[in-house]
Amino acid sequence: MRIAIVDESAARASIIEEGLATLDDCEIFILTERKALLARIEEIGPDVVLIDLGNPSRDVLEEYFAVSRVLDRPIAMFVDESDDDAIAASIDAGVSAYVVDGLASNRIRSLLDLAVRRFNAFSRLQADLAEAKGKLAEREAIDKAKRILMNSRGLSEPDAYAELRRTAMNQGRRIADIAEAVITAEELLGGIG
Amino acid sequence: MSNELTIGFLPLVDACLPILASEHGFAEEEGLSLRLVKDMSWATVLDRLLYGHSDAAHMVAPLAIATTLGRGRPAQPLSVPFVLGLNGNAITLRSDLADRVNPAGGLGDPVQVGGLLAKVAAERLGQGNPLRFGVVHRYSSHNYKLRYWLAACGIRPDRDIEIMTVAPPFVADALASGEVDGICVGEPYNSVAVERGVGTIVLATAQIWRRGVEKVLAVREPVLEARRPEFEALIRALRAAGRHFVDPANWEINAEILSRPKYVGGDPKIILRSLSDRLVLKQGGAPVHYSDFMFQHREAANFPWVSQAEWLYSQMVRWDGLAYGKDDAVSAARVFRPDVYRSALKGTGDALPGASSKVEGSLAGPTAVTTQQGDITLSENSFFDGRSFDPDDLQGYLASLP
Repeated sequence: MRIAIVDESAARASIIEEGLATLDDCEIFILTERKALLARIEEIGPDVVLIDLGNPSRDVLEEYFAVSRVLDRPIAMFVDESDDDAIAASIDAGVSAYVVDGLASNRIRSLLDLAVRRFNAFSRLQADLAEAKGKLAEREAIDKAKRILMNSRGLSEPDAYAELRRTAMNQGRRIADIAEAVITAEELLGGIG
Repeated sequence: MSNELTIGFLPLVDACLPILASEHGFAEEEGLSLRLVKDMSWATVLDRLLYGHSDAAHMVAPLAIATTLGRGRPAQPLSVPFVLGLNGNAITLRSDLADRVNPAGGLGDPVQVGGLLAKVAAERLGQGNPLRFGVVHRYSSHNYKLRYWLAACGIRPDRDIEIMTVAPPFVADALASGEVDGICVGEPYNSVAVERGVGTIVLATAQIWRRGVEKVLAVREPVLEARRPEFEALIRALRAAGRHFVDPANWEINAEILSRPKYVGGDPKIILRSLSDRLVLKQGGAPVHYSDFMFQHREAANFPWVSQAEWLYSQMVRWDGLAYGKDDAVSAARVFRPDVYRSALKGTGDALPGASSKVEGSLAGPTAVTTQQGDITLSENSFFDGRSFDPDDLQGYLASLP
């Protein structure tokens, strides 16, 4: 089975490729470039095309499948109505699949399940990365707020932190939010003290 | 009532009404909270609608009909209770080709430009390198209006000229690289091509059909029935947004809102061109005023005329190589829902037509029409070749077309 993965994110494409590599006798092709996309697809002659939902080339690809009979085997989006759940899961994950007519549906099903799992894994990775970045930013904000309190009120570093924590607890808010408020106040009032 | 509706859209100027209904509080006044989801392809906008990620979508009108008829995927009935606007697209050519077929510059005369283009098309076909045009989707009004114009000028699409799909954000690239010789696309992408110096606007689609249906608000039929009060509230909010949109006093602020990255993005000055019907046709040129380039509000522009759905079906038969089917024609006509539009606006003082269908292209000048409430004077709505479309004789119409 020849599988083409169309994704402008090379990182995501390779994560999907890695997942699909566990399938038996599959040849995988990765297309990250928009340029000459259709020519590449024609050259590859895939049985399955996976493309991310955010890809602007989806309409171009669908049009190609609709009009070109180059492959002599019409490719349809995998929407065998009995498999509506599988499609819904793939849409949720952010991937769409186009499949050549006549492929055994159990094979497609397991392939699609795998692709969905890999897409979800990639989203989790990205969410983790965003969270890590967010945490880093929070730590920086807390450090900055501590320095403001140390300068303006002559507190030691542990006392400045204790002050932030006490205020956060009293107001039922997160320390990072209080730190942000301190920084904003400092910016508005222009370095009191 | 604080009901949330999620609406999918593509970054085009004609996604303006839902965006402005949300930004200016018109939705909120109707007890709605709108969540707008931007996507990069019509396929994804449609997938999200069909699988419940969105409740409604900004959509190319023929795609709503194609989906209902099951073209390209299993049939799913969609409904259109509101037309988001008429026209607003243009035909932009590579500048050297534009100079040849529209030597006088300005917006061309569709008959003259078509006549000269036919010569170039024949020449290129003879050289084994046929002209290639890009449209944004197979099932788009762009595709049908472009084909209507070409065919009426003696250029047979798919034989004398190739028409392919190009994603709107990449049309300027496609013109620059020579991948296509011309495009029919919505704003701001014609103006972007002009700004980059890779294309010249030669025609507005409003010159092909003066009052042609463009994007629609599409909803899954069962969802429309289940949440009818919310969608009627949405229709009222969109009408209010349209009133705001066409007021020249609001053009600048609305261009600024639309230019935000989460909506259309880009330069507000470029977006302002289509909002104000003042297009720069050629890089460095002076703006040219063309009235009703976009037509989003007046003359009950948002009313889903059943005859418009039927015209779109006639073009689907014409270009998809399908046989006319009576059941299909009925299903296509039912996609447009004037009953829902009427019910939403009854008693609001907004104008409602008396009829639900009309002979498209039959008006040569301002004509007062019978109404259910308010006054409506429809302007000229002709096709450039003088034909008119009588929905009661769809097959006769098809037989009369070149």
